[in-house]
Amino acid sequence: MPLLDVQNLKTYFHTRAGTTRAVDDISFSLEKGEIVGVVGESGSGKSVTCHSILGLLPQPPARVEGGSVTFDGDELIGLDPLLLRAVRGRRISMIFQDPMSCLNPYLRILDQVAEPILVHEDVSREEAESRALEMLKKVGIRDAEKRANSFPHVFSGGMRQRAMIAMALVTKPDVLFADEPTTALDVTVQARILQILRDLRDELGVAVLFITHDLGVVAEVADRVVVMYRGKVVEQGTVRELFKNPSHPYVKGLLACRPSFETKYHILPTVEDFLETKTASDGSVTLRERSDAAQRLEKLESDGDLEGASDSSALLLEVKDLKVHFRSVGGFGGKPREVVKAVDGVSLNIHKGRTLGLVGESGCGKTTTGRAILQLICPTSGNVTYAGVSLSGLAAEEIRPFRKRMQIIFQDPYASLNPRMTIEQALLEPMNFHNIGSGREDRRARVVSLLEEVGLSSSHLRRYPHEFSGGQRQRLCVARALTVEPEFIVCDECVSAMDVSVQAQVLNLLRELQDRRGLTYLFISHDLSVVKFVSDEVAVMQAGRIVEQNDAEQLYRNPVNDYTRQLLDAVPQSDF
Amino acid sequence: MFRFILGRLLQGLLVLLALYTITFFLAKAMPGEPFTTEKNVSETTKQYLRKLYGLEKPLWQQYIIYPSKIISAGDFGVSTSKGRPVKDIISQSFPVSLVLGLGALTFAIGIGVPIGIISAVRRNSWVDWSLMAVAMVGICVPAFTVGPLLQILVAANVPGLKVAGWGSPLDFLLPAFTLGLVSAAYLARLTRGGLLEILSQDFIRTAHSKGLSPTRVILKHALRGGLLPSVAYLGPAFAAMISGSFIVETIFQVPGMGQHFVNAAIARDEFLLMGVALFFGFLIILMNLASDILTGLLDPRVRIGKEAS
Amino acid sequence: MSAKNAQAGSSLWRDAWLRMGRNKAAMASLAVFTLMVFLCFVMAWFCKDPNAVTLTNKFAPPSGDHWMGTDALGRDLFSRILYGGQISILVGLVATAVSVCIGVSYGALSGFAGGRIDATMMRVVDTLLSIPFLVVVIVLQAVLSDWSSDTSSWIVTHWKWDKTFTDRLTNIVPLFFALGLFGWLTLARIVRAQVMSLKEREFVEAARALGYNRFRILVRHIIPNTLGPTVVYATLTVPGFIMYEATLSYLGLGVEAPNSSWGILIKEGANFMETHPGLLLIPGIFFSLTLFSLNFLGDGLRDALDVKASKD
Repeated sequence: MPLLDVQNLKTYFHTRAGTTRAVDDISFSLEKGEIVGVVGESGSGKSVTCHSILGLLPQPPARVEGGSVTFDGDELIGLDPLLLRAVRGRRISMIFQDPMSCLNPYLRILDQVAEPILVHEDVSREEAESRALEMLKKVGIRDAEKRANSFPHVFSGGMRQRAMIAMALVTKPDVLFADEPTTALDVTVQARILQILRDLRDELGVAVLFITHDLGVVAEVADRVVVMYRGKVVEQGTVRELFKNPSHPYVKGLLACRPSFETKYHILPTVEDFLETKTASDGSVTLRERSDAAQRLEKLESDGDLEGASDSSALLLEVKDLKVHFRSVGGFGGKPREVVKAVDGVSLNIHKGRTLGLVGESGCGKTTTGRAILQLICPTSGNVTYAGVSLSGLAAEEIRPFRKRMQIIFQDPYASLNPRMTIEQALLEPMNFHNIGSGREDRRARVVSLLEEVGLSSSHLRRYPHEFSGGQRQRLCVARALTVEPEFIVCDECVSAMDVSVQAQVLNLLRELQDRRGLTYLFISHDLSVVKFVSDEVAVMQAGRIVEQNDAEQLYRNPVNDYTRQLLDAVPQSDF
Repeated sequence: MFRFILGRLLQGLLVLLALYTITFFLAKAMPGEPFTTEKNVSETTKQYLRKLYGLEKPLWQQYIIYPSKIISAGDFGVSTSKGRPVKDIISQSFPVSLVLGLGALTFAIGIGVPIGIISAVRRNSWVDWSLMAVAMVGICVPAFTVGPLLQILVAANVPGLKVAGWGSPLDFLLPAFTLGLVSAAYLARLTRGGLLEILSQDFIRTAHSKGLSPTRVILKHALRGGLLPSVAYLGPAFAAMISGSFIVETIFQVPGMGQHFVNAAIARDEFLLMGVALFFGFLIILMNLASDILTGLLDPRVRIGKEAS
Repeated sequence: MSAKNAQAGSSLWRDAWLRMGRNKAAMASLAVFTLMVFLCFVMAWFCKDPNAVTLTNKFAPPSGDHWMGTDALGRDLFSRILYGGQISILVGLVATAVSVCIGVSYGALSGFAGGRIDATMMRVVDTLLSIPFLVVVIVLQAVLSDWSSDTSSWIVTHWKWDKTFTDRLTNIVPLFFALGLFGWLTLARIVRAQVMSLKEREFVEAARALGYNRFRILVRHIIPNTLGPTVVYATLTVPGFIMYEATLSYLGLGVEAPNSSWGILIKEGANFMETHPGLLLIPGIFFSLTLFSLNFLGDGLRDALDVKASKD
């Protein structure tokens, strides 16, 4: 008998706007000691599933409408709240995605890690704390005795996640729900956390339900996989089966649209190439495979063979020894002033029509570099030359004409658009300000054509940003950047906040725009696969410096620098 | 921590200096003479009195003399309307105001915070609505209506409670309650708001996932952060209670400091006015500091050493 | 191909308005406040003279002639309440308007400028906050009382306004002024905090990347996004000012007789509390009801605006 058995679980959200079927009749099981990966994109219902099982949902909008969840023989749905509380934290624990917001900032780490023991077992405080310390050491926090007395905000992201894992496993539960535990972490940190989870599973025999959107991670860590889409389980099986021989079109699409290291596509296939989705008025969803899927793939592959930009083109951007140093606030009554060397001597060249990828982990200074090049942050020293003109030391009015030629797209599409302006206003404003176009009618026409170029329609003009999805908003940001007819665009982690299928669409858009308009890109990201797909050359950044720079293929095949090798090794692979 | 307090005290000194300057010029700018509200005084007597109080010296001299006297001898000058040293007046009336203020504070916290917590825990229930409506009453009915009402309804009918006066131990009850009512109402709303804000955060869900009882989640995990807005409010509120108690003091005949403040302004009594103003200013600075320290104790992220300027 | 088929979107304001429409308490409060304004400013014209003293008819109970009876000097209580409401509500609204204008500008500039300028500007705010407000009001009253009678006569001579009306107006102006001078402080802090967090948002950076000058960014992009909390705070400030005016009038520092404001009415009523409680209770109820409705309205606005704002 499986340890955890989910049968026909249904959870609906009832709001004024209608009923959403977050989880719509799903079934799967978890055996003792195994790791099952639950894969899905946002809105698939994977998190809601776990919350439903543990009774963590806010009950007014959400309701478990039906189904059963058996844990070790006992039914969890509808269980008396007091008994459910005895299960939570004691036999089934949970860790969450963002450890900063999921740990109590007002309590000490040791306090929080020891708490489950104190609540569920009848032991003294000393014993609970010493067991908590043991666990903290086991998850790899050095100097645990000293550091356990600090508060969460002092720890790094990886350490906080380790503390959360310790907190969840300190009572030696039977099952661990891990809800996107590594999504917010750097790739090297992620590799280590996954290793910790595997080791602890081996040692403690705990079964893990591992939720993620990252297929690579699932391939690394899981024994079996369950794929969810729009509240339904579309396919499940062993990792090997699923990756080698997927049967459901959604899974095929999901696997195909990832930019892997060996991708042969110039334009990525998307989920829409495989799958047709219809939503009925009562919230139910029907999925159908596209009959022409095979032909579409073939066409994409053959297009891929035709690509190849010219090597010899003019030098557009030249950066020499760029430095950006920050002084932290200090002085009177506080700590002495510290100097943070965010960017410490970066040099790079980008030729017209090419893409340079800038890759590194969080805090390496890549985002600061992008903004310093655009003169949005004042560089401390160094030289930035654009099309032969030095930008360093120019006044604001002198830089203004260059603002039409250099643009930037940001990471968070939700924060990148002014919530109080309609799309029309947001797109007209740059043209009005810079006097582009020959009058109101001309500008309106340009706006409409830009919208169509990025894959949206003119019916969206009078709408406001909050009425669009994340992927659509990013397209709107691209359209806004294009209003001033730039030659050079800095893409600052602009697909990092997206689901894989949406990411593929936006990457394709960037590709098409480059082909059509001859744009030059500086593509900043922490995701090595995406960077390889998009870039001609790649530079690797660490601690404010560039440690290796080479042609993309060369760098990924024969990395020279140790750090580069470390990064590449840490990327979860899924070739079977 | 020590450096933080030192830094804030020095800043406070600057603020006190600015306060002194502004009050000095305001007091001087008031039309009318200090002695005109009293019975008709002859011109010679006025000259004599002016000389006695040092009022005929040039302004800049007076500006410097006043604080130097305070620092060297603790001499705040003499009240022109009461004929006594200002220091005596303050030292007699401040303890009264302090007792009144502390009583009001106790009422405010004792009533306001529990109401806020209950409201937050039972959000959107009829309990929540009715408690918040009661809190609203506390905000919308002024002290000079509540006071008299209490006098009629309570003091007249309950033995042992005087309608007005300040002699026996129980006398502080009604005035303190009246004074504390508005703060109690604000505290109830702030506590409710702060707690609700915390309860919507992710780490509360983590706490539930550990199998903690709802009581433990509220008391151990939510309260610390939830009380932050209230703590920030309490410091200045306490100072305001002590300095703004004029109405309550008048209604209940309490010999506190608030009445001296207003009466000094009306009587153009410069020394008393400045003395009391500086005293209150100092109190506000002290209470703001206390609020900040308490905030730092509750919220480790704000802790001392990190000046968020 | 054309923009003609663009559907109108739903702005955040419209969404908030719709959401507030469902909040019964807030809509009821809006109705009550509107009724109050109507009574005090429109109905008042049709009422008796609030200053007409009839010593033969003191303390009369409610009747067809005097809907709420008369007061200690035989004046009609109902019209006194309505005329008093004019002053109280006007003071609240105008002082709030002044505070909002000063507070938003000051706070936005301070937050936008940042650095030393911001630190200095905030020190000024802190200092002003620690000044006992009462002193300033008293002083201003005294200083301006001469000014107000001079100005009043000037207006009557040159602009030919009605003397009683002008007198009342210039009598009140110092009060508005003083209240407005101090009411902007907390709002400036709120707006500054908002602006500082908005400054770091990507859409502001995008505006900089598009080459807009700082003035345009502040006015077109930042300030419109601070209006939510500003509106909420303003709605909650009005009752605060009304309360403050009442307190000052109670102390004898605000509006002067024979003008009436709710504060004065309550004070007068308190004198006869034991014998004729109606003189205290009825103005008290009008007063509290107005404050109630404004506060609930502010709460409703906050609930309506907050959700969407935090969604971004």
